[in-house]
Amino acid sequence: MAEALRLLLNGEEVAVAGLSPQTTLLEYLRERRRLTGTKEGCAEGDCGACTVIVAEPADDGGLDWHPINACIRLLPTLDGKAVFTVESLRLPDGGLHPVQEALVREHGAQCGFCTPGFVMSLFGLYKRAVPPSRADAEVALSGNLCRCTGYRPILAAAQTMTMLAPPDGWRGPGADAAGGRQVSAEERALALRLRRLARAGDVTYRHGAQTCHAPATLEALARCVADHPDARLLAGGTDLALRVTKQQQPLGDLIHTGRVAELQAIRRDDGGCSIGAAASLERAFAALDVDWPELREIWERFASVPIRRAGTLGGNVANASPIGDSMPALIALGAQIELRRGAATRRLALEDFYLAHPRTALQPGEFLVRILVPARAAGTVLRAYKLSRRHDQDIAAVALALRLDLDGARIVRARIGCGGVAATPRRAVAAERALAGRDWNQAAAQAAMDAIGAEFAPITDHRATADYRRRALERLVWRFWLQTDPARRGDLPLRVQDVTA
Amino acid sequence: MDPAAPPAPAIAGAALAHDSARLHVTGEAAYTDDLPEPRGTLYAALGCSPVAHGRLRGVDLAAVRAAADVVDAIVAADLPCANDVGPIVDDDPILAAGVVQFAGQPVCAVLARSLPAARAAARLARYDIEPLPAILTIDAARQAESWVLPPAHLARGDAAAALRRAPHRRSGTFASGGQDHFYLEGQVSLALPQEDGGMLLHCSTQHPGEVQHRVAAALGVAEHRVTVVCRRMGGGFGGKETQMSQFACIAALFARRSGCAVKLRLDRDDDMTMTGKRHAFRYDYDVGFDDEGRILGLDLTLSSRCGFSADLSGPINDRAMFHADNCYWLPDVALHSYRCRTHTVSDTAFRGFGGPQGMFAIEAVIDEIARTLGRDPLDVRRANLYGTSERNVTPYGMTIEDNVAPQLIDRLEQSSDYRARRRAIAQWNRASPVLKRGIALTPVKFGISFTATHYNQAGALLHLYSDGSLTLNHGGTEMGQGLFTKVAQVVAQELGVSLVRIGVSASDTSKVPNASPTAASSGSDLNGMAAQDAARKLKRVLARFAADRHGVGADAVVFADDEIRIGAQRLPFAELARAAYRARVPLSATGFYATPKIDYDRRTLTGRPFYYFAYGAAVAEVVVDTLTGETRLLAVDILHDAGTSLNPAIDRGQVEGGFLQGYGWLTMEALWWNDDGVLRTHSPSTYKIPTAREWPPRFAVEFFDRPNREETIHRSKAVGEPPLMLALSAFHAIRDALAGASPGGAAPPLDAPATPEAILRAIGALGDDPLPLPVAPP
Ligand SMILES: Cc1cc2nc3c(=O)[nH]c(=O)nc-3n(C[C@H](O)[C@H](O)[C@H](O)COP(=O)(O)OP(=O)(O)OC[C@H]3O[C@@H](n4cnc5c(N)ncnc54)[C@H](O)[C@@H]3O)c2cc1C
Ligand code: FES
Ligand code: FES
Repeated sequence: MAEALRLLLNGEEVAVAGLSPQTTLLEYLRERRRLTGTKEGCAEGDCGACTVIVAEPADDGGLDWHPINACIRLLPTLDGKAVFTVESLRLPDGGLHPVQEALVREHGAQCGFCTPGFVMSLFGLYKRAVPPSRADAEVALSGNLCRCTGYRPILAAAQTMTMLAPPDGWRGPGADAAGGRQVSAEERALALRLRRLARAGDVTYRHGAQTCHAPATLEALARCVADHPDARLLAGGTDLALRVTKQQQPLGDLIHTGRVAELQAIRRDDGGCSIGAAASLERAFAALDVDWPELREIWERFASVPIRRAGTLGGNVANASPIGDSMPALIALGAQIELRRGAATRRLALEDFYLAHPRTALQPGEFLVRILVPARAAGTVLRAYKLSRRHDQDIAAVALALRLDLDGARIVRARIGCGGVAATPRRAVAAERALAGRDWNQAAAQAAMDAIGAEFAPITDHRATADYRRRALERLVWRFWLQTDPARRGDLPLRVQDVTA
Repeated sequence: MDPAAPPAPAIAGAALAHDSARLHVTGEAAYTDDLPEPRGTLYAALGCSPVAHGRLRGVDLAAVRAAADVVDAIVAADLPCANDVGPIVDDDPILAAGVVQFAGQPVCAVLARSLPAARAAARLARYDIEPLPAILTIDAARQAESWVLPPAHLARGDAAAALRRAPHRRSGTFASGGQDHFYLEGQVSLALPQEDGGMLLHCSTQHPGEVQHRVAAALGVAEHRVTVVCRRMGGGFGGKETQMSQFACIAALFARRSGCAVKLRLDRDDDMTMTGKRHAFRYDYDVGFDDEGRILGLDLTLSSRCGFSADLSGPINDRAMFHADNCYWLPDVALHSYRCRTHTVSDTAFRGFGGPQGMFAIEAVIDEIARTLGRDPLDVRRANLYGTSERNVTPYGMTIEDNVAPQLIDRLEQSSDYRARRRAIAQWNRASPVLKRGIALTPVKFGISFTATHYNQAGALLHLYSDGSLTLNHGGTEMGQGLFTKVAQVVAQELGVSLVRIGVSASDTSKVPNASPTAASSGSDLNGMAAQDAARKLKRVLARFAADRHGVGADAVVFADDEIRIGAQRLPFAELARAAYRARVPLSATGFYATPKIDYDRRTLTGRPFYYFAYGAAVAEVVVDTLTGETRLLAVDILHDAGTSLNPAIDRGQVEGGFLQGYGWLTMEALWWNDDGVLRTHSPSTYKIPTAREWPPRFAVEFFDRPNREETIHRSKAVGEPPLMLALSAFHAIRDALAGASPGGAAPPLDAPATPEAILRAIGALGDDPLPLPVAPP
């Protein structure tokens, strides 16, 4: 059945029809609704000028609020969700929301073009933590660029906004003074409206010759993909939408995976962790963090809060970029992926999925169901690194994840995943071989360095020269040794992030 | 005056919020792209050259014209006017003709019923281009003697002889990269055809007057037929001083051809590809100095990549030469400036306008001297500071009358605890084999005034309405720097009224004619004075009117607290306005200002190009990872000279924002062209400007509160550009950290931006023969 998309926009129910399924939320807001407070600064998810809030019903009867980038959010993915733009934030009496008031008081806007985006990111933070630390604020603002202020006053506003009188209703803080979740009656009512808006069964949205299917179950998805082998899978769209906004490409028919509950599921048991392909990056990382906290640096530096909320782990894996951040880590963890075609499923080691960029082992009519990460063994030593020009929201010049399974000092097994040094994510087989079976010591580290330096022939591009990539890879192996050397001096800082002012 | 009344709190000088603050945070502030579009508005997009240099034999627009929703498409031959928008030299085509001169140069323009349709169609143009050899780098241009403008030289004394005689001598080469403005709002123009051949443009521009003149020339009409309006920009930073002209002209020409409103808004990639940036420089120096590090002779060559045309490269490179002294006395000096023509986008104004590059050179030379002598760079900086009564003449012959650098540095050295921190860092570094900290204090002296003397003028227009509200207009533009707020404060102060009475209005060429660009940090200096002049005229008229009614002299009338007082009598300002109106008193005034004292000979590059100097200094502390080249800014202490600040909150914003923007230029913002001259860093996914995390965890920002010795508006000082150069402290802190990592304490040559890769290269870790690792586990 083809029908209009239904969503709540600033609290009002709207039906969207007559627009291509590849229309972005930003275009819809600015061109169709004249909600021009939301700005376009880049149309690629990298500046945050277009930040708006999407809210979905949460398990506790309230809403789950999160900022997203309207510029790369395709409309069909918003069916049944609530969208709040900067225009909705003003209080009913016309007064400013504490987020806005704090920005005014701290002189947090100069040209003001970035400001609505910051307001919405801060509102996302306002809904989460009370009161935020500077570190919380940095994370929340990692996807917002300001060219004027130097950020100092915006960081100050993030820390003072919760000191102002909180408003009533859904605009109020999402946590009480003790940090416990707080849900207003108005928020509950919104959640209820959303639940009523939600549809059971498959949803098909059509405009002209273009269709977006949104199946509701895994079975239906499998059928849909098999029936439309030429249609593109659309998860969060944080990769796919760039083809629209950057290349004006028609995407053709789409199959949205976001409504399939099985693909959202994350399960942990003794055997390890199973992550549904459509689970958000944020949820997937949180699940992996339980067993593998050493990977936090990678997750925290993966894009920005809005991208981690919108994007999926399956999308990252399936997109097969040689510089994708999750793959080196997943390869080091020995992850497998489960693929499905019609009724048939198969499993592959992640590294075997990548053939030659951009080709993967994915067959027509096949899709990614989940990512399986084995449980942690005793004696595992693990680190992951990402090198880029900027700490936040940057793409890796080089990414490296190293894992040793130790028996005493002896390396039983080494698994090393690399990004940015070849046309696909790769295992550093020679370096693994250089390590396996020997004791973990300086000589072993040196041998691994030599092997890894010889193993790849990286390219020179706008992110780094081949030389840098190769040397950095070697030197990161050395950092790994320094960090995991059993005789290490505990107080020796080894990363610039660990130094205090 | 009523002696019992407390003095009114000064409005000028108060830390008031930006006049649009509430509109900014609610999303109501309207930028050009937010304005309601008239019925039938059409959208333009540009097709551009895929190659850096070539003979343009033809453009095939058949597929473009056949594409859905396309209305019109043009190439250079379709232009009814001279194909040029060059601000000084006639070498900036609107659309490439005969030859293409950089990859990304606009060659054709498309008009369609929707923006996506226009952009999609623009990609369908086919170009017949015979490739020609392209000059892409400064080195290649130097070799080919390829210039956009002739080389310039400025000398005092005999540098060669001083160099020969000097006890110590060093020479070397280093470089700084370009920088994209990355204003959050890209270039945009909306052209609305008017009756009788006229055109109204809403344009995001720092120089509405320039747009007006260019569009009038393109349309072949008198300037009075064209009106250009700009309420606010989403950032400018110099990138909208000349760069908008081309796009505004195309929008206007399409509007003329179609009779419809036309919007031309570049997307981010087109904006970064098609518009100029900060000039990249190469520096070659030869310096002679004594045992204290005092410079005796300096021969310094500044070579800049200007791109394919002159644009503002002349005055920018002049300014680079004028700032190659920074705060330092250079007794015998020879400066050479090469303005290289390359087949890249034409570089343009960017906050500092060449000044940062000039300062970059001398600060690097001084740092090198200190490393050579094994002295604290701060001591060498001090030893070279200009004097106050001697050693106080710049290489271009201007006597420095306002040198506050020594006191300012004293105060900052104390407040930042520089010496103790340096000792602590040295100790920390000894115990840390991988991570190294570094610290540096660098000063700034920045000359205020346009070197184009005729730009140093401004006009203002002030209306008083019968309800006591005022509308203020002046030639300046608002790009976030708070100019409208500051100028309104000046007027409120003058008339003794509260700020809410004063409505600031969009910059508009029909209100103030021939306004200069809002640039060179001069906005509040010029427009503040012009507005004060207007306010004083209005006040005189009102005072005379009130005095006549009360039979007193005009100077017995006091304006304060939204009322006038004559002895014990008070009259609310609104009632005064109404009474004056009814009495047929003129309630509109214009103001004008021209900067005094400046006198400069462009030919010889000597004289007094600047009315005064603004000063500042910063101490930065960083940590560097010698394994990976990653860095982090840990702390910054800033002491900045804004004279008597007109608005300390706004000025602080300029200082902090300028600092971080400079930090981006010097550490992470890397522009990268491939071997074919195609820019590959044309959006924020590939071009990284600082994020919130880069603002250091520890900071102190203070003002060096001293009135300007020159009679500027309320004795304030310009504050737009100078703080950018405070970031040189961070760059030199990185060098200091690298010195901490090298056995002899010598700092290796380091180019800007100091990306992780540049840092690894500096410490010799790249290349086929890497240095042994600097660390071994204990
Ligand atoms: C501003 C920005 C910053 C970013 N930063 C990073 C970063 O730091 N590190 C990083 O690694 N990536 C980064 N990315 C890339 C992107 O966010 C991630 O790759 C993300 O995980 C993609 O997920 P998605 O759900 O949005 O994928 P989509 O865009 O929806 O899909 C991506 C691709 O995967 C395919 N696909 C999706 N689901 C399936 C499935 N179930 N089976 C088969 N194929 C499928 C789609 O057809 C498409 O080809 C960034 C992107 C943006 C816009
Ligand atoms: S417009 Fe830049 S992130 Fe959306
Ligand atoms: S205030 Fe101008 S970009 Fe943030």
